[in-house]
Amino acid sequence: MDEASVIVKAEAAAAASRGIDPSLFAFADFDREAGERIGYSNYSYWRSTLRVFFRSRLSVLLLVSLGLLLLFTFVQPLIPGQKSPTVIYNDPATGTQYRNVAPGAQFWFGTNSIGQDLWSRIWSGTRTSLLIGFLVGIVEMLVGILYGALWGYVRRLDRPLTEVYNVLNNIPTTIILMLLAYILKPSFRTMVIAMCATGWIGLARFIRNQIVIIRDREYNLASRCLGTSTGRIIGKNLLPYLVSVIMLQTALSIPGTIGWEVFLTYIGLGLPVSIPSLGNLVNEGRRIMMSPELRYQLIFPTLVLSFITISLYVLGNAFSDASDPRNHV
Amino acid sequence: MLKYSFKRVAQSAVTLFIVVTFVFLLMRLLPVEGYFGDRYDKLTASQREAVLHKMGLLDPWYVQIGGFYERLMRGDLGTSSIYRQDIPVAEVIAPRIPYSVYFGLVATAISLVAGLAMGVHMARHKGRFWDRTWTAYVVFINAVPLAVYLLFIQLYGSDLLALPILFDKHRPISWILPALSMSLAGIAGYAMWMRRFMVDELNRDYVKLARAKGLSSSAVMVKHVMRNAYVPMAQYLPAAILATISGSIYIESLYSIPGMGGLLVDVIQRQDNPMVQALVLIFSSIGILGLFLGDILMALFDPRIKFVKSEGAR
Repeated sequence: MDEASVIVKAEAAAAASRGIDPSLFAFADFDREAGERIGYSNYSYWRSTLRVFFRSRLSVLLLVSLGLLLLFTFVQPLIPGQKSPTVIYNDPATGTQYRNVAPGAQFWFGTNSIGQDLWSRIWSGTRTSLLIGFLVGIVEMLVGILYGALWGYVRRLDRPLTEVYNVLNNIPTTIILMLLAYILKPSFRTMVIAMCATGWIGLARFIRNQIVIIRDREYNLASRCLGTSTGRIIGKNLLPYLVSVIMLQTALSIPGTIGWEVFLTYIGLGLPVSIPSLGNLVNEGRRIMMSPELRYQLIFPTLVLSFITISLYVLGNAFSDASDPRNHV
Repeated sequence: MLKYSFKRVAQSAVTLFIVVTFVFLLMRLLPVEGYFGDRYDKLTASQREAVLHKMGLLDPWYVQIGGFYERLMRGDLGTSSIYRQDIPVAEVIAPRIPYSVYFGLVATAISLVAGLAMGVHMARHKGRFWDRTWTAYVVFINAVPLAVYLLFIQLYGSDLLALPILFDKHRPISWILPALSMSLAGIAGYAMWMRRFMVDELNRDYVKLARAKGLSSSAVMVKHVMRNAYVPMAQYLPAAILATISGSIYIESLYSIPGMGGLLVDVIQRQDNPMVQALVLIFSSIGILGLFLGDILMALFDPRIKFVKSEGAR
């Protein structure tokens, strides 16, 4: 009996006296087959991402309140007793419009300068702006991924795609937006087209740079030698590296879109005034902001707008941090 | 270096040419009302066509673009059709350039100084109170649309600080709010960049070595860490200055500053096509100039960058 087994025996005895199974401390036999077995941890990318994300209390709080707000925005017109966002209300006693009525029991957030109900206009406007935001976000994501992936992966396309990028990147975004909105007549469609035109550029450039870095790593070389198709290599080997940035850009493009909408509305290239949107509401509020008793018309839409943009910004950043595998345990 | 500069000049010229052509062709899609001003309703369809024909707008696009470049070479940007009827565009724009340049330079200076100081402060207090406070500021500036928070600054800033709500060139006190407004976003950008740079850099071996050989923290900062910050700064700065000049469209318009950005909003609202075209071309060229200057400056500042391929290099 050699020294090591004496120690093991002694420890096993000690463990047994503490109520631990002594068989755990016996020497294992060498097993060639077991040595060849591949180790497996039950790491799941998305599960880890969600765990890291939900660890932060601020994120959970913002996510829940933003979720409730969005739910309410879309449920609000279905609640009985809600006023229409576009109807001009008249005072039955005098027959004139309810102009600039201060917030109260009848009009919860007051009325605007022509007698429309601000409360329902805010929710209707939020619906419009969010719809634009989501549409633009999705289009930007798809175009950005497609353009970036082709640009980085297909060598023959590098020159022409770089030239297109140079042209678009050299003209200030503000100018492209204003130009497109000016050429196309103001409408919902114009808005979406103009904003989709520039937002994808940053994402495409990032994806391209990442792909150029990782496309020739050994595992991709191996994949290619095994005859894997380009589409599959991009989808399976490359894109998972990019999830965090794609999510971040998409989450940030919604607050960005809302901001651009406010700006375009200000210079007179926004949605027609007949469609309530956050941009139109802020702009209406701006016109009467010099009279302090009417400032509620600017402040209420701004509060809703800021809450949405700030929570999306914070959530986007938190989710992007969480989806970076380096932050997983 | 000289060779690199020439190459970069040529490259910028090509990009400029493509951008100008692209914008010019886009402009052909503009609504034609913008060429008539208030005469539009008074003219019959055939008179309108005659006017358009006289302006050369019915020619094929390659003839138009040829004529456009020919006039551009002579410094002729066209004539305003509505904003200041029949006055050359260059004459309308020229007196406005100094305001835009002045505000651009002042705002960049403020954002650079305040932003870098804030970034250093954040890095020194990483994870503690001040770091969190300034981070909240950065999040606010980035998340809330510019068009919204600047409105509130104009509204309440003028009340609280007893400053004029509109720009008046004879009252320097009225220049404060717009200049500050223009620098807010820049401050946030520089602060975040500087914080990240400092945090990364302070863990580097050369900093540890400098500390180990007995340099004080401030000497390490000034002699080693800050030096490394110059290169990215040099590349970024010209574009930032020029971006502030052209990016202040909203603020110039908000405070009625008689600069180029405010002018662009005016002429878009009044649908003056020749003016829109000239301004869009100017702003686009400014963007290209910024990137070009940045690259040249970076080449001058960074000793590691070589522009002539040496033997055996990749």
